[in-house]
Amino acid sequence: MEWINVIIQGVLIGGLYAMFAAGLALIFGVMRLVNIAHGDLIVLAAYLALVAAETLVLNPLTAIAIVAPVMAAIGYLLQRGLLNRTLGDDLLPPLLVTFGLSIIIQNGLLELFTADSRRLNAGAIEVASFQLFAGVWIGVLPLVQFIAAIAVIGALQVLFYRTALGRAFRATADDPSVAQLMGLDNRHVFALAMAVSLAVIAVAGILIAIRTNFDPAIGPARLIFGFEAVIIGGLGSMWGTLAGGIILGVSQAIGAHIDPGWQQLAGHLAFLAILAVRPQGLFPKIQG
Amino acid sequence: MPEPLLEVRALDAYYGDFQALFSVSLAVAPGEVVAVIGANGAGKSTLLNSIAGVIRSRRNAILLRGNPIGDLPAHAVVARGIALVPEGRRLFSSLSLEENLLIGGQLGRSGPWNLARIYELFPALAERADLPSMALSGGQQQMAAIGRALMSNPSLLLCDELSLGLAPIVVRDLYARLPQIVSEGCSLIIVEQDVVQALNAAKQVYCLQEGRVALAGRSAALSREAISAAYFGT
Repeated sequence: MEWINVIIQGVLIGGLYAMFAAGLALIFGVMRLVNIAHGDLIVLAAYLALVAAETLVLNPLTAIAIVAPVMAAIGYLLQRGLLNRTLGDDLLPPLLVTFGLSIIIQNGLLELFTADSRRLNAGAIEVASFQLFAGVWIGVLPLVQFIAAIAVIGALQVLFYRTALGRAFRATADDPSVAQLMGLDNRHVFALAMAVSLAVIAVAGILIAIRTNFDPAIGPARLIFGFEAVIIGGLGSMWGTLAGGIILGVSQAIGAHIDPGWQQLAGHLAFLAILAVRPQGLFPKIQG
Repeated sequence: MPEPLLEVRALDAYYGDFQALFSVSLAVAPGEVVAVIGANGAGKSTLLNSIAGVIRSRRNAILLRGNPIGDLPAHAVVARGIALVPEGRRLFSSLSLEENLLIGGQLGRSGPWNLARIYELFPALAERADLPSMALSGGQQQMAAIGRALMSNPSLLLCDELSLGLAPIVVRDLYARLPQIVSEGCSLIIVEQDVVQALNAAKQVYCLQEGRVALAGRSAALSREAISAAYFGT
């Protein structure tokens, strides 16, 4: 029973990791940009939610409705004003620029909010739980978060494969110069992709900030979880990313149960094991 | 001659320090088919890419209905009614055939072409709409690439080497559909290495040689010797 509880906890947190990963995978898939500042943007979303929740006296879950569009707007402007200029045949400039962005965001948050550890308070829902069957308890909040993750990832899958915008994303990823011949302005398409990515991580960033403490320096750890989930899942589909997140979450939960200090280590070991056995990930992109 | 649809005036084009076109001029009347022929490396594709905005030019070097478009990017040029069928077809490999056509029409320009009309023009495509574009034969891919360009309802269609890598019977079949496209009010510029095909399809011919117009005239009035001389530079 104990282990069933542990695995369920892991699966539920895995949904959040999958959302971090989906944002990264979307950006890399569409424009070959590795966003080193991804984790710090997740933390930025949490701080925006903190400010929104405190000034407007909102539940952080409600604040998602404000923060997600704000993050999308930030994403659009960031891509249009800065990151588009770094794209080209060379992968290095976007890496360096987003690394710099990561440092700027961390230090900016440190100046504004100090290094104190913070948490978003969602009220009674945080401690609510129910018994699935004898001995197996499920927290309402983790379950809500997991369902939200599945909904977001499902929505991304539909967006990508069933809508005109998704078609534009895929076409631009295939061949950016021919996409322009279709009347698609790459700069605009890339900016929309970044907007979608940051809206997704706004949801994930707020949900995780209700569960665990955050401070300005925690971004890189979030980034690593996102990377690991992407690589475990492969770049084939959003559902693969969800599987990657769940595997990472379960590994961490099992590690933490054996010894609280092993939580992160167990996740990294699972990641390394899969990387060694299946470097293309569990659900790789099928080469056309 | 009526006012030209497209006018290219003393166009120069460069790849870095290398100059690929030298003062090329050309005009296309509404509803006209113009062929551009020349050897490998003569600058034919460069000319089409410049017109389509893939390569940016001097503002006044390219005029569409008298309006300068030379400095516009490709996505703005297609919005004004010039579509390119790129050399080697270059369909989007992760999109299905129909998605390739739909993305060609995503600007929503009004005109005679839509999915149903494209499938009417190329019936072979209709039954393969849901296949991945890379599962099509070369000829079907070329039809899809033409269809994708037509979906933007262009007033000028640029065709780069339609015959490349295709069997002669497939090429004949493709060229047999061009008059139908023209009859819908679309002008064509055809770039070809296959001179006979180009001369048959077009009234007006330009022959490029090392980035310059070596010969221009009505295809019926040009002698084989003159074309051969302009083509090979003898």
